[in-house]
Amino acid sequence: MATPAVTRSPRGRRNRPRGAERPGRGTLLLLTPPMLWLGVAYLGALGALFITSLWQQNDFTGAIERVWTLDNFRDLFTIDVYRTITFRTIAIAALVTVVDALLAFPIALYMAKVASPRLQRLLVISVLMPLWASYLVKAYAWRGMLSENGLIAWLGAPFGIDTPGYGLPATTIVLAYLWLPYMILPIYAGLERLPDSLWEASADLGGGAWTTLRRVVLPMAFPAIVAGSIFTFSLSLGDYIAVRIVGGTSQLLGNVVYDNVGAANNLPFAAAVATIPVVVMVIYLAAARRTGALENL
Amino acid sequence: MKLSPGLRAVLRVFTVLLLVIIYTPLLLVVLNSFNASATFSWPPQELTLHWWKVAADSTGARHALWVSIQVALLATLISLVLGTMASLAMRRTRFFGRNVVSLLIILPIALPGIVTGIALNNAFRTVLGLELGFLTIVVAHATFCIVTVFNNVQARLQRLGTNFEQASMDLGAGRWTTFRLVTFPMLRSALLAGALLAFGLSFDEIVVTTFTAGSQQQTLPIWIFNNLFRPNQAPVVNVVAAVLVLLSAIPIYLAQRLSSGVTQSAAAAP
Repeated sequence: MATPAVTRSPRGRRNRPRGAERPGRGTLLLLTPPMLWLGVAYLGALGALFITSLWQQNDFTGAIERVWTLDNFRDLFTIDVYRTITFRTIAIAALVTVVDALLAFPIALYMAKVASPRLQRLLVISVLMPLWASYLVKAYAWRGMLSENGLIAWLGAPFGIDTPGYGLPATTIVLAYLWLPYMILPIYAGLERLPDSLWEASADLGGGAWTTLRRVVLPMAFPAIVAGSIFTFSLSLGDYIAVRIVGGTSQLLGNVVYDNVGAANNLPFAAAVATIPVVVMVIYLAAARRTGALENL
Repeated sequence: MKLSPGLRAVLRVFTVLLLVIIYTPLLLVVLNSFNASATFSWPPQELTLHWWKVAADSTGARHALWVSIQVALLATLISLVLGTMASLAMRRTRFFGRNVVSLLIILPIALPGIVTGIALNNAFRTVLGLELGFLTIVVAHATFCIVTVFNNVQARLQRLGTNFEQASMDLGAGRWTTFRLVTFPMLRSALLAGALLAFGLSFDEIVVTTFTAGSQQQTLPIWIFNNLFRPNQAPVVNVVAAVLVLLSAIPIYLAQRLSSGVTQSAAAAP
């Protein structure tokens, strides 16, 4: 590992232990273009966004005034609507994550520990395939299913169940549907790594199936569940498309950002709103790191 | 692992049910494109091919599809170059900042799309003074596609080790020759897998695209979104949606042919 041949001189350093080399000219040459793109351009854009959130918008001309101010953040924290929307967005993201974890664990367990190797392969494909179908198409399909004369109303009619219609419950359902594969796959990978002997040891010590699941399998799979939750949580936090399609008039943080970039043309405020999901995700990732979930990605 | 027969049965039923729920919306989209009723009520009373003919004549959809393909190809090309460079650089040493580099590569996809979207929108318009259009979409897409190539190539490099390349150099091949004749052929399927993912990611993306496309250019997802709430366009949208669902079988098929390791990493890149 310490001596890849692509960029270094072939002689002399071959027997150095791993990690002992310093980045050479070749490494720098290789690293410069991607780092200019991501480190300078992309990070620069994020930095500029944050700086913009500290500027203000002239209400009359609509132009951005480069005056330092915390007004955008003050508005964000003091105006009730935004506080409500922030908590609503976090709550929905959390709910979507819990629903996905509850749905994903049993199917992942079946895939990893019950299915034959052949079936296992087939199931992985079946779970992956919907990821390639367009996000928009899936949300759109649910819009049809949730409509007044859609499939859900039709199926539920004999049982007296009606469609939830368009709103926050529909948004939660659709987001959970959209991100489910991102939860199934890490949990499946985590459970597959779990040695069978653990299960047998637990049984030998008198643990029933349920006890073993709860006290052995679940704690071992927890980092994988957290790894999956990073996707489901983050993707839900920033979403504004699904809620526009099936959410009726409900608003999430993404909609506030979108409306402020578009119709209201208040980029500084939009930038301030956009920092919320970033901060939430940073906190979430820091917490996830402690569970060892990041190694399960 | 030995699970009790009861638990196995419960898990089996659950799995089947969940798969039915996962596939119902997709099948419904395909079926609805043949639904003769313009309101698409369920169950369909009559089936027709009429909407497919209408959709085939929709210049808006065709143009958007062409834009999407071009954007995805260019973004894939850029991320192939940049992702491969980054992963080759990363395998060499554990230099300081190694983790920073991987974090940077993952960041555009780890952050909510809306954040990347308005950050780039702001950078293009306010900082650089550029007009939003085709080029800005490509740049934005390449930014979040690099990670797919990087992940695949890096995983492959890690598995390969360096013995073959050392042998090549010992036999007198230079760096470039070694890369061309030894490293690159061994990376080929990983590059293909990364490219496939990058293409899929770009082709489907809507959030970042919304903020970097401007008013002149429409990718297919943007076109769908813009026409979603127009009742008279609904049949065409249905057909386009059905086509996209059917097309999604292609990458799955290709990924399967590449190797089983590839499908695993397909999950790692949302």
